[in-house]
Amino acid sequence: MAEIRNFTLNFGPQHPAAHGVLRLVLEMDGEVIQRADPHIGLLHRATEKLAEQRHYVQNLPYMDRLDYVSMMSNEHAYCMAIEKMLGIEVPERGQYIRVMFDEITRILNHLLWIGSHALDVGAMTMFLYAFREREDLMDCYEAVSGARLHAAYYRPGGVYRDLPDRMPSYDTKATKWNSEASLKVRNENRQGSLLDFIEDFTNRFPGYVDEYETLLTDNRIWKQRTVGIGVVSPERALQMGFTGPMLRGSGVAWDLRKKQPYEVYDKLAFDIPVGSNGDSYDRYLVRIEEFRQSNRIIKQCVNWLRKNPGPVMVDDHKVAPPPRAEMKQDMEALIHHFKLFSEGISLPEGEAYAAVEHPKGEFGIYLVSDGANKPYRMKIRAPGFAHLSGLDEMVRGHMLADVVTVIGTQDIVFGEIDR
Amino acid sequence: MSDYYQSLSSRVQQRLQGRIGRCGVALGELTVEVPKAHLLEVCRVLRDEPEFACEQLIDLCGLDYSAYGNGGWSGPRYAVAYHLLSVHRNHRIRLKVFTDGEVPLVDSVVSIWSSANWYEREAFDLFGIVFEGHPDLRRILTDYGFVGHPFRKDFPVSGNVEMRYDPDKGRVVYQPVSIEPRDMIPRVIRHDHRYVTPEVPVAQGGK
Repeated sequence: MAEIRNFTLNFGPQHPAAHGVLRLVLEMDGEVIQRADPHIGLLHRATEKLAEQRHYVQNLPYMDRLDYVSMMSNEHAYCMAIEKMLGIEVPERGQYIRVMFDEITRILNHLLWIGSHALDVGAMTMFLYAFREREDLMDCYEAVSGARLHAAYYRPGGVYRDLPDRMPSYDTKATKWNSEASLKVRNENRQGSLLDFIEDFTNRFPGYVDEYETLLTDNRIWKQRTVGIGVVSPERALQMGFTGPMLRGSGVAWDLRKKQPYEVYDKLAFDIPVGSNGDSYDRYLVRIEEFRQSNRIIKQCVNWLRKNPGPVMVDDHKVAPPPRAEMKQDMEALIHHFKLFSEGISLPEGEAYAAVEHPKGEFGIYLVSDGANKPYRMKIRAPGFAHLSGLDEMVRGHMLADVVTVIGTQDIVFGEIDR
Repeated sequence: MSDYYQSLSSRVQQRLQGRIGRCGVALGELTVEVPKAHLLEVCRVLRDEPEFACEQLIDLCGLDYSAYGNGGWSGPRYAVAYHLLSVHRNHRIRLKVFTDGEVPLVDSVVSIWSSANWYEREAFDLFGIVFEGHPDLRRILTDYGFVGHPFRKDFPVSGNVEMRYDPDKGRVVYQPVSIEPRDMIPRVIRHDHRYVTPEVPVAQGGK
């Protein structure tokens, strides 16, 4: 009889389903996985080491580049860590803006997740649908920060500036590609302020989620590919450090927005969806419901923001830059501005850990300061890192094609795993 | 919130008397220093006893204190910080273990929390801290065949080697790095009044 040996398969790093640069070494028995060994670090940029060389505000844009599909949530954790150490409180309007953009970010992230996850499993349409909505939300990013991805909008002490009164619209002049009539349609919801545009989006969005559900929730192929795949029991999920939808899909009702509320989450009404079987399908359902809940939160924020104008940044020029008009007349303001952008802020000696409910799970920043203007040590707690370390356990005994499903359900982004 | 951590702190001290070092609440967070020898015992107590119930190891990271306070550090050079989370009790505890020596050693907690596996590999990779009892202590983030531990304070930011394609040899070669590290913004520690925050009573614990 011929000798039977396990077969080693190299998956990635250049593979469309590897979500970036994941290299998996799979030990296979036929088509069944015996062991999966993820090799990570191909996108390692030593963000934490670089952060030790730059002052606190300079480090902020690095945060966008960690999990590059949920930029503002990363910034949020970083700003919260600094604010905790400085003992400053963000003005309420700033907090509402942050919460609103956190939820916009959650929708952005989940849209990319559902698009790529469904594409990996074989549903092409989802990808096109998801990117249609992402476009609108990225325009919101652009309207407040000028950048569609790497916003650098949150700052220690608040947000960089207030929401714009006018939503940028498309050029009205017809071109070879766009007729005047089609431009008019596209500009229809861009006539008012950014808040009008967001409100219009929140009214449309539940209908879009229904569309996704029509395509997937009862889809036979989708269910065959996800039900019972990558089952994690609640005990194991806790053991492996899972957070966010990965933990809630297993039936643990844990959400930092409810359990350890930060900013204004305790003033808003929303629910936490929880799964029961801990498989990929349950995690899909959890994230779908998070779409609806995030939409609900955004609506409440829009209502509040309409009624309550006010400052969005602390009025302490040791932390936040003075307004430009003031700088032109006031020497003190000019000095503050100069010191703030040349030397930066110094944090008191000590250490702090601040975490937010990131779309993927718990994203935390552990800052150690020795009193200098640069962090002494900054550790980024990325949710994806813990999730990917559980991949081996999740795929054992499954078929090769299920690896792709599990990578999809974990919502892997390499910017945050490799840091 | 902080009252809770004060009482948690005294409960931890009471339960683990003699097996922990300093233990205190700052900025609403509880930090417990644990001597190396008692680490596993302390971790088991914190995980298994319903009063603490820290089922989750949220984070583990290495620290290198050699340049702390511009060189004013006299304690052990390395530390490992563990961030524990209790989902049932809704609290967090930070453990800190200091270690020193040519090969800094700490006991591995993989047997207590599975999530420690990759975190310990990372701390080994970046700081060279060796976790005794780890099932598979390999490098994780750096390149295959990387030399050194890049997050140690004596490792230059620009690294030691750079890579380029050599057309003569027809392959990629490594050579000593040719760029000088630049420090655009000097690191300063100010001791003037601007940055002295008023003493926050621990009962409030900041925010």
